[in-house]
Amino acid sequence: MSTVTAQIMPKPSKPWAASPLDRAKTGGIFLAAVLASFAVVASTPLKGKLAYILVFFAAYIMIDFASTFIKVGRQGAVDAVFRAVVTMAIAIAVTPIISILITVWLRGHKGLHIGLFTTDMRSTAYTDPINQGGLLHAIIGTFLLVFFAMIISVPIGILTAIYLTEIRGKFTRPISFLVQAMSGVPSIVAGLFIYAAILLPLTKKLNGIEGSLALAILMIPTVARMSEEVLKLIPSDLREAGVALGGTQWRSVAMVVVPAARSGLITAVILGIARVAGETAPLLLLTGGSGSKNYNMFKDSMGSLPNYIWQCFATGTPESITRAWAGILVLLVIVVVLFAAARTLGNRKVGKK
Amino acid sequence: MELTAQAGSLSAITSAREVKEPGNRALGVGLEARGVHAWFGDKHVLSGVSLDFWPGTVTALIGPSGCGKSTFIRTLNRMHEFIPGAAMAGDVLLNGEDIYAPGVDVTKIRLKVGMVFQKPNPFPSMTIAENVLAGLKLAQLKSENKDDLLEECLERAGLWSEVKDRLNTHGGALSGGQQQRLCIARSLAVRPQVLLMDEPCSALDPGSTLRIEETISHLTSSVTIIIVTHNMQQAARVSDYTAFFLSDGGPGQMIEVGSTNEIFSRPKDKRTENYVTGRFG
Ligand SMILES: Nc1ncnc2c1ncn2[C@@H]1O[C@H](COP(=O)(O)OP(=O)(O)O)[C@@H](O)[C@H]1O
Ligand SMILES: [Mg+2]
Repeated sequence: MSTVTAQIMPKPSKPWAASPLDRAKTGGIFLAAVLASFAVVASTPLKGKLAYILVFFAAYIMIDFASTFIKVGRQGAVDAVFRAVVTMAIAIAVTPIISILITVWLRGHKGLHIGLFTTDMRSTAYTDPINQGGLLHAIIGTFLLVFFAMIISVPIGILTAIYLTEIRGKFTRPISFLVQAMSGVPSIVAGLFIYAAILLPLTKKLNGIEGSLALAILMIPTVARMSEEVLKLIPSDLREAGVALGGTQWRSVAMVVVPAARSGLITAVILGIARVAGETAPLLLLTGGSGSKNYNMFKDSMGSLPNYIWQCFATGTPESITRAWAGILVLLVIVVVLFAAARTLGNRKVGKK
Repeated sequence: MELTAQAGSLSAITSAREVKEPGNRALGVGLEARGVHAWFGDKHVLSGVSLDFWPGTVTALIGPSGCGKSTFIRTLNRMHEFIPGAAMAGDVLLNGEDIYAPGVDVTKIRLKVGMVFQKPNPFPSMTIAENVLAGLKLAQLKSENKDDLLEECLERAGLWSEVKDRLNTHGGALSGGQQQRLCIARSLAVRPQVLLMDEPCSALDPGSTLRIEETISHLTSSVTIIIVTHNMQQAARVSDYTAFFLSDGGPGQMIEVGSTNEIFSRPKDKRTENYVTGRFG
């Protein structure tokens, strides 16, 4: 039992982090596995990209297992294999996403020009040279359609979630079941529902708000389910503490529970938006498409990015197909920007500035 | 007057205890910390702590909240590195060997240096029996006779008589104190050499607290115990040695260590005296 006061101030270190030697070893295993995949593909009837990848994975896992086995024994080696398999699963999951992004960029960037964001297709045909016309009308349309769908569905979705987790009334179970079932509704069914319930009997015309209503039907279950999960994670001590301070249930939900869940609720809303931003079928049915800007949700058909993309592909000339890919690129960028913005909003820690 | 009365009662408790000499000194120190520092990100939270924990003794770590006691004991079984951004410096030796040396199997370290947490945390999906034996499964250890081990661990944790008729029910139905003793039994099943306890009684009622203190006294013959506590009486009752930690706004430091009797009756440092007599602020 002695007290030694440290005279010199040591540097923070992380003895548990991978050392350069460890990293070199991982690199070595990686290289060896790559070589093995080339060797196997060259010397056996296995062929093609898939063969390279499969052999690489198998070789990596085997070499990794063997080297860890020698170093720390069986348990450690199993752990290493577990880690390698998880890493590879992630690689496999990410590959299609990356390859979609690359494809969209390669095909779409040729159709990019500044006019895309300043003009519409009022006096341009899809078959005209691609530097004419633009998709301003479609961008405006998509924003309006999604925005109105959000205004309708976010309050309903979050209030449903609050009913399910906070009020826990008599209908909690059936409603919870319904919400789950509704998240599987195909978009065309939502479209047909609005078509049969509103367009045919009442308006008899295409317009923006009908499209937004159909999108809202698709968005509500996503927002409600995600919000329900998020609210369930809030410890019940917090609710009790709010009520115990003399707050009504409503005040305690509004002041304590919802703010504590804020970042998760924002994520729920974004996922809802992502679910509908690219929806095409209900819009074809209810909102139609138009080449000129339309700011009025309640009158006349309205262009949208999915509709623009669909029409360009349907036209089928090289120009129109390039237009379609450019449209996809723009839609993708909008969705990614939305995600990033909402992520930064949601990630601001609760309780910190 | 009241303050001195408290100090008086504490030293009365400690002097009633026979001071336990560290077991067989020839066997060497079991666990020793040498100049341990800890950081969370850039924040330096623990500075230069050196402490020896002799086999068969109980060491209490006391000090105000936030002075780094939890951080310190988590460096002793390499749980500190579990937190992203954590860093440390210094050495921790278990039976003379550096537990942070490259190539050390961290799972083996945590097997030898067990841990009981502040909030009782029995695994919710497991029965009482499964909870106690969970460590064997997690660490893939072999056991000759599981039933004997189960009974022995629950007995040592002082829980056997209360749960022997419902070993196959879920642990969540137990009271908080029983749950905590279940967690102690669970950590004993893998036969640790050292047991770290981070405020194990702070969520419990006085009765359960006493039961756990009894459990600790029974355990010392076979396990080295390091216990963080905010309860001075508890430190006085259960520990052989006491170390006082304090942070003056900067990183926490160990101010003083000595036999528990010394710390509570004639501390060398004024700050220790202020703390143990309750004149702290
Ligand atoms: N996970 C963490 N991340 C950042 N800082 C932490 C973390 N855990 C503890 N700290 C800080 O480290 C200091 C010591 O904390 P702790 O070891 O828990 O103190 P004690 O157990 O003595 O109350 C405190 O200032 C605390 O704010
Ligand atoms: Mg603590």
